[in-house]
Amino acid sequence: MNKLPKWVDVALIPFINLLLALIVSGLVILYIGESPFEAISIMVRGAVGSTYGWGYTLYYATNFIFTGLAVAVAFQARMFNIGGEGQAAIGSLGVALVCLAVPWPHWLIALPAAVIAGAIFGAAWAAIPAYLQAKRGSHIVITTIMFNFIASALLVYLLVNVMKPVGTMAPETGRFPPGTFLPDAYDMAGWVGLRFSRSAPLNITFFIAILCCVLVYLLIWRTRLGYQIRAFGQSESAAVYAGISPVRITMITMLISGGLAGLMGINAVMGEAERLVIDPVQGAGFVGIAVALMGRSHPAGVFLAGLLFGMLYQGGGELEFDIPAISREMILVIQALVILFTGAFDNMIRMPLERLFNRPGRGGGSPAKPMPPGEGTTHKPAVSEPEKS
Amino acid sequence: MAGTVTETQAGRPAESAAPAIELRGISKAFGPVQANKDISIRVMPGTIHGIIGENGAGKSTLMSILYGFYKADAGEIFINGEKTEIPDSQAAISAGIGMVFQHFKLVQNFSVLENVILGAEDGALLKPSKAKAREALKRLAAEYELQVDPDALIEEIGVGMQQRVEILKALYRQADILILDEPTGVLTPAEADHLFRILEGLKAQGKTIILITHKLREIMDVTDTVSVMRRGEMTATVQTSETDAEHLAELMVGRKVLLRVDKKPAAPGDTVLEIENLKVVDEDGVERLRGIDLHVRAGEILGIAGVAGNGQSEVLEVLGGITAAKGTVRINGQEIDLSGKSSDGQSRRARSIAHVPEDRQSLGLIMDFHAWENMIFGYHHDPAYQKNALLMDNAGIRAETQAKMERFDVRPPNPDLTARSFSGGNQQKIVCAREIERNPDLLLVGQPTRGVDIGAIEFIHNQIVGLRDQGKAVLLVSVELEEIMSLADRIAVMFDGRVMGERLPSETDERELGLLMAGITDTEAEHSVDEVAANLAKTQGKVG
Amino acid sequence: MDLATIIPILDATLRSATPLLFVCLAGLFSERSGIIDIGLEGKLLIAAFFSASVAAMSGSVWIGLLAGIGASLVLSLLHGVASITFRGNQLISGVALNFLASGLTVVIGENWFGLGGRTPQLSGAARFQPIHLPGVEAMADVPVIGPIYSNLISGHTILVYAAIVTVALTWWVLFRTRFGLHLRAVGENPESVDTAGISVIRLRYSAMVIAGVLCGIGGAYLATGLAAGFVKEMSAGRGFIALAALIFAKWRPWYALAACLLFGFLDAVGTRFQKLEVLGVNVPTQFMQALPYILTVVILAGFVGKAIPPRAGGTPYVKER
Repeated sequence: MNKLPKWVDVALIPFINLLLALIVSGLVILYIGESPFEAISIMVRGAVGSTYGWGYTLYYATNFIFTGLAVAVAFQARMFNIGGEGQAAIGSLGVALVCLAVPWPHWLIALPAAVIAGAIFGAAWAAIPAYLQAKRGSHIVITTIMFNFIASALLVYLLVNVMKPVGTMAPETGRFPPGTFLPDAYDMAGWVGLRFSRSAPLNITFFIAILCCVLVYLLIWRTRLGYQIRAFGQSESAAVYAGISPVRITMITMLISGGLAGLMGINAVMGEAERLVIDPVQGAGFVGIAVALMGRSHPAGVFLAGLLFGMLYQGGGELEFDIPAISREMILVIQALVILFTGAFDNMIRMPLERLFNRPGRGGGSPAKPMPPGEGTTHKPAVSEPEKS
Repeated sequence: MAGTVTETQAGRPAESAAPAIELRGISKAFGPVQANKDISIRVMPGTIHGIIGENGAGKSTLMSILYGFYKADAGEIFINGEKTEIPDSQAAISAGIGMVFQHFKLVQNFSVLENVILGAEDGALLKPSKAKAREALKRLAAEYELQVDPDALIEEIGVGMQQRVEILKALYRQADILILDEPTGVLTPAEADHLFRILEGLKAQGKTIILITHKLREIMDVTDTVSVMRRGEMTATVQTSETDAEHLAELMVGRKVLLRVDKKPAAPGDTVLEIENLKVVDEDGVERLRGIDLHVRAGEILGIAGVAGNGQSEVLEVLGGITAAKGTVRINGQEIDLSGKSSDGQSRRARSIAHVPEDRQSLGLIMDFHAWENMIFGYHHDPAYQKNALLMDNAGIRAETQAKMERFDVRPPNPDLTARSFSGGNQQKIVCAREIERNPDLLLVGQPTRGVDIGAIEFIHNQIVGLRDQGKAVLLVSVELEEIMSLADRIAVMFDGRVMGERLPSETDERELGLLMAGITDTEAEHSVDEVAANLAKTQGKVG
Repeated sequence: MDLATIIPILDATLRSATPLLFVCLAGLFSERSGIIDIGLEGKLLIAAFFSASVAAMSGSVWIGLLAGIGASLVLSLLHGVASITFRGNQLISGVALNFLASGLTVVIGENWFGLGGRTPQLSGAARFQPIHLPGVEAMADVPVIGPIYSNLISGHTILVYAAIVTVALTWWVLFRTRFGLHLRAVGENPESVDTAGISVIRLRYSAMVIAGVLCGIGGAYLATGLAAGFVKEMSAGRGFIALAALIFAKWRPWYALAACLLFGFLDAVGTRFQKLEVLGVNVPTQFMQALPYILTVVILAGFVGKAIPPRAGGTPYVKER
């Protein structure tokens, strides 16, 4: 078995992948006739050069951390939950229903209720594909894709026919009552005597996202359930030997995954829009795939990758503003290339590195490993080898 | 092609006829594991040449090299006296080699006809190819007793039929040399007999056949010459008529360093495990256990001997809660659920059954988990491993693992290394430490010393005996006769999903056990081996 | 409902089924070879963009078609390199390619035309024009058959007819030729193909090429036949509907035609009627839009005849262990 030193796997390979994605993106920018270096400096300045920039960067990052964690948790059980988009949309619906149903006196009371609703709605949307996978063997990737579209249609229907206030045209709910307004970065900075941009959407949900990172870490590496999820993901046959039920773990993992995706609604719906709009998720469910891949399915990695994609989204918006020739969709190109290189073309980088680090005379930092046949040259994509503790 | 080959000619290097196949100095390694070491063999045309050896002896690897599936690290291949390169299957096919793999390479939702012509079509359109193949199948069916419905789908026909399709595929491709890898593993005795008649027919037509098996009866029944492989090496090639089953068994298993285990005579107590009429049918509908009865008492080691694949694994899997079964199993007098609906590995552990599985790498360990994580595998529900209601006591588990690793002499005793980074022997010690230290009423042990170095073998044996001396019951499954002889207090021999008989180690020898393992009971051993085997096949054929 | 209502709906059904059909057949070749392709949407989109752009610049719809096929082919081969050569995750590769198409079409489109991701309106030779089948005038006055012939069967662009022909061709290739036999085998059990001395890699790349070409034609129809130019995200989930149709059809060509016509019909009805009453129940249009996906989940769940995908789908083939 060609085994790479840990730092190569968790740092060097993602870095090279990111670099490749940026180089190819740079070539696209060059083709358009603009300077990639100027573009990148605008993006960095736009993303982190002001509290306004930070306010957006961290707002986006909050969304991506939730969806990234959702994908990462499912990866730990070797399931590819591509339905974060739909689960987040339905989670948003849950958040909106809670916010609209009760005249909340204070956000401190509304927030826990919204968190519970978002998680339950998101989890419920993941439950059907999970059940079909566990019990009927229906491929979870395909069913979750289908559920994304069904969620989107459902949301449109509800907004147009049911939830839209009488007399308005826009397919969105009315504004939530003030008792649900979450403290934004401006408010929170004020508590500790700092100044922060007034117009940035960053809000207290960011800290819930960080809390979720910690909780997911504890869940996966410190609890019995997490132990079973990882064991099931590593080897289903061994899990059965140990009496770990594949059906049960599949269901639970997907419920957690869907719940995390659903929590995104807190940030986007309750924290930012303060109403439910027709597409509250805005592709964040898919960004979560890139975030989980780059973050090697580890909460710390997901946090960092979420931040990176937050910068990319905010910086990309500024880029269009400063250089109109480069449209905002450049973000999608970069994102696509990151997913392509970290996910699909992983072996392109991994195979040469493994040869490099496993040359005779170089232990590569790991002890010699006697291996039976069959353990040899099968290269798996990063997805099937999420980073372990 | 030498058409007139007599039996005596086979395998004699002095003969003038060129061997159909000659391998010289073939070596192949998978990483540090040497699957084939400097193997040379001559297979004479028009003979049935058996290659026998235990699982993992390197037989299949050797044949995969011959068929172009693997590339040998060193060595040469001669076909009909000419040096031949076989870089891929296409080259093997054009050299006249056909292979019937252990796991058939058939397309399940294709018809027989489509499978037969796959890769051997004449032209871009299927119609003429199918018509031609239909005719050819008719001819082959008449010639070799290979009747099969050309329009049946593979998924709808039985394994015996599927195997015929594989043979037909090879014959349709004009193969002169046919390799069959463990062909009877999935067959009923009646089907196996039919297969051997087909092989005899093919031989009569001048085809050369290589039969890979670990079943002595088959070798004795149908081969002209037999080569024995052990641990990647070719240890002997002999005329079948000049040898017997016992001698082959000895060559197969090999005389190893005598590992005497110091143990007191057993002091059996109450019956811990009772098995009555246990039956298992696998996914393919093949009956793996055909109704067995066994019991193990406290303070006793019952060893199950047998050639791999005769149902021993299923016994362990049923008792370990992995496989569902029919029949009755009682632990300390209480019946356990075998249906799999309300029971699993957890409920077995709750009944104080510990299980050292045969395959530690895919069952017993999570290879990328740390030693400390593996040390609680299966026992992760134990409240002792929790720090509080939510979190596991990882530090405590590490400390306990460290202690267990030291007691079981795991090297290095570092709980933070992954299972993958230990040698086979140390991996096994981790599994044994985990299972034996739970102090179970019944310990299931499968192949405890497979792939384990000599030093560790002795240690593991002593631990198993130690558990017995504490008055616990042990059920030991091993294909190593030596191990069974030295460890077990009572020996049951399994063959073809049945218990052939029980013996006491002091009152039997390897010869008798070897015959039982080959499916021959000692009363019949007076008769000639062929005759008995034939009788056996008949009786089983009626049952099946 | 009378003929005058039904014919326009069926006519619209045929038109909206056409791109689905091309993409669905593309997916059929890919998945029959053992490569799961959720990047169909991206291929459709990028082909739509390049065919419309090049048609706008050259003035020729045929050159546009070639450009669309070329662009789709590039994505298809990228998917092949990731899935076959680097044995990467096919699902992730598909997801990435969808994003790549979404991004590139707008970034490049903006650069070329500066119309916010649109291409200029296409007209004349830069668009596929309806073909009037012979005898339309003569038949027009015949009751029932006349309107059906002149309004439903006649008057489509050549690609609509080509789509139907492609179904027949796909069936023929798949079930009557050696290549089809190999293709079906490699998606079921690549080892059977390998041991028969056939190259798994070559077969799978061939399937990727065919899938690229078919998606290319589908995209070209979308932007230069159905519509008169490219607009941002114009594929609008059709790639996924086609994927759903493929599952619905259980990976068989004629069933794919039926599934695409059904989904096209749902689309046509949803577009035609904003409010639809069936048996006294008001059916929202969103339900009609979601119906293909709901039906696919039901089929996948195996409640109504289980859809069993090609067995080797999604797994890279590793020959030597």
